[in-house]
Amino acid sequence: MGLLFLILILLATIPLYVRLYLVILLTSIFMYTIITVSWTIFSGPTRYISLASAAFFGVGIYTSALLGQALPLPLVIVAGSLFSFILALFIGLLTLRLRGMYFIIFTFSISELIRHSLLWWETNITGTVGRWVVMVDHITVYHVVLVIFLMVLLTAYLIRRSRFGLALRTIGEQEEAATHIGINATMVKTITFAISAFFMGATGAIMATKWKYIDPRIAFDPLLSFMPVLMAIFGGTGQLFGPVFGAAIFAYLEEILTTKFPYYYMLLFGIILIVVILFLPHGLVGLVQKWRKGGLKRQNANP
Amino acid sequence: MRILEGRKVTKHFGGLAAVHQVDFDIDQGEVVGLIGPNGAGKTTLFNLISGSLPTTAGEIRYKGKKITGLKPHQISKMGVARTFQSAKLFAGLTVFENALAASLFGTKRAISVSDAEREATELLKFVELPTVGAMPAKDLPIANRKRLEVARALATKPDLLMVDEVMAGLNPAEIAQAMELITKIRDMGITIFMIEHVMKAIMNACDRIIVLHHGSKIAEGTPEEIATSRTVVEVYLGE
Repeated sequence: MGLLFLILILLATIPLYVRLYLVILLTSIFMYTIITVSWTIFSGPTRYISLASAAFFGVGIYTSALLGQALPLPLVIVAGSLFSFILALFIGLLTLRLRGMYFIIFTFSISELIRHSLLWWETNITGTVGRWVVMVDHITVYHVVLVIFLMVLLTAYLIRRSRFGLALRTIGEQEEAATHIGINATMVKTITFAISAFFMGATGAIMATKWKYIDPRIAFDPLLSFMPVLMAIFGGTGQLFGPVFGAAIFAYLEEILTTKFPYYYMLLFGIILIVVILFLPHGLVGLVQKWRKGGLKRQNANP
Repeated sequence: MRILEGRKVTKHFGGLAAVHQVDFDIDQGEVVGLIGPNGAGKTTLFNLISGSLPTTAGEIRYKGKKITGLKPHQISKMGVARTFQSAKLFAGLTVFENALAASLFGTKRAISVSDAEREATELLKFVELPTVGAMPAKDLPIANRKRLEVARALATKPDLLMVDEVMAGLNPAEIAQAMELITKIRDMGITIFMIEHVMKAIMNACDRIIVLHHGSKIAEGTPEEIATSRTVVEVYLGE
């Protein structure tokens, strides 16, 4: 507890002692961590792989672009979260009866549909593609992102420990049986999906202020739908800290690799992922746990 | 008192009548068997009662209330529990969590976690699985999986328990234990509706038997009546 508090103070005051570059890097790491942890809140236990993260993040970004001048920053962020939340409720009710591959494709399509519709709208109706976003200084952005990070962590922790979390896990294990022990699976899934979108929207709303200019291609970049999946797999979804470490390390690696190897960093990413999926089915956290359980023994042939 | 009644219950899959205009009545406290050759529509009928499948026509009432059209979780909360032909456990959860989840969510009234934990422990003891609580359900051997399915169903505090081939795949000793369990559950005052292929078990355990064939009810009666019925013998042994 004391240690956690110390880390918290350190994180909050970090902009005082480090260069601005590091603050920006940390902001970006926290951004990925939030998206990944919120993705895991829903997709981890239920095993419904959502590829709609970009949609929720993008809705936050556009909220910021549209309301940034009219409203103070905290309200903009709340609005971004709520719009994402509502969009997720809607998508949830529409798609959560689909399973497996169909759900994955549908969520991905929804987010692409929004991107293309917006692009079409801006090209043909308003006649201007893209918008300026009201800028906010880097230190403030860092602090806001840190607060969202703590909130999503707390939420994930509470859900995981609650009876609601148990319901989510039964749905992931055997959805039909879950409904026959009295769990309203549709409602549980939809609400959780919306909670996860809430934090993505908040993050989009604050991150937009860093980018000055946005358009549908930037705001609804499909890469952002894939990143949380990869990062969560990398870290391991079994434990709360899996996605946190996965995202943090992955985001840091991305930063290093893009600067050092700008041409083939995606290739390196791919290789790292393949190695993780092949050899670390429970991600980094799974590896650490195995170590703590007494050395890396050879895996059983049929685990 | 009547606990479950079905009137002209019908389910069509495209052109196939999986269940066709079946009438049935089950009284409180009875053990009723549902038999019939493979593909007769037994599991489909269970799915219709428990709400996994919508009916094409007809009406099902539980304790006088219409339940056709309700969702599985609603029907479960009203007091109808079921097991599955191929045990559908929460494989990655522990044995204890399987029972706990059912205890937590199976009733209309909210229950505290500590009460649910106590209930789950008691039920695992009741089905004689108490020592494997921390084990993932997927590691259980088949006989114990079936016990856990029963424990999980009982954890929702049902008045009507529907058991789908709980004895399939068990050896004679295990079948005897399963029958003992059925008797114990009946003695708790729970009404049982069971699909079973093990004839000895069904003849011994049931007060009444319903026979389905090609989706229609072809016979109904006491075990003695069913065992001596010409129609039933013909369906099972061929003309």
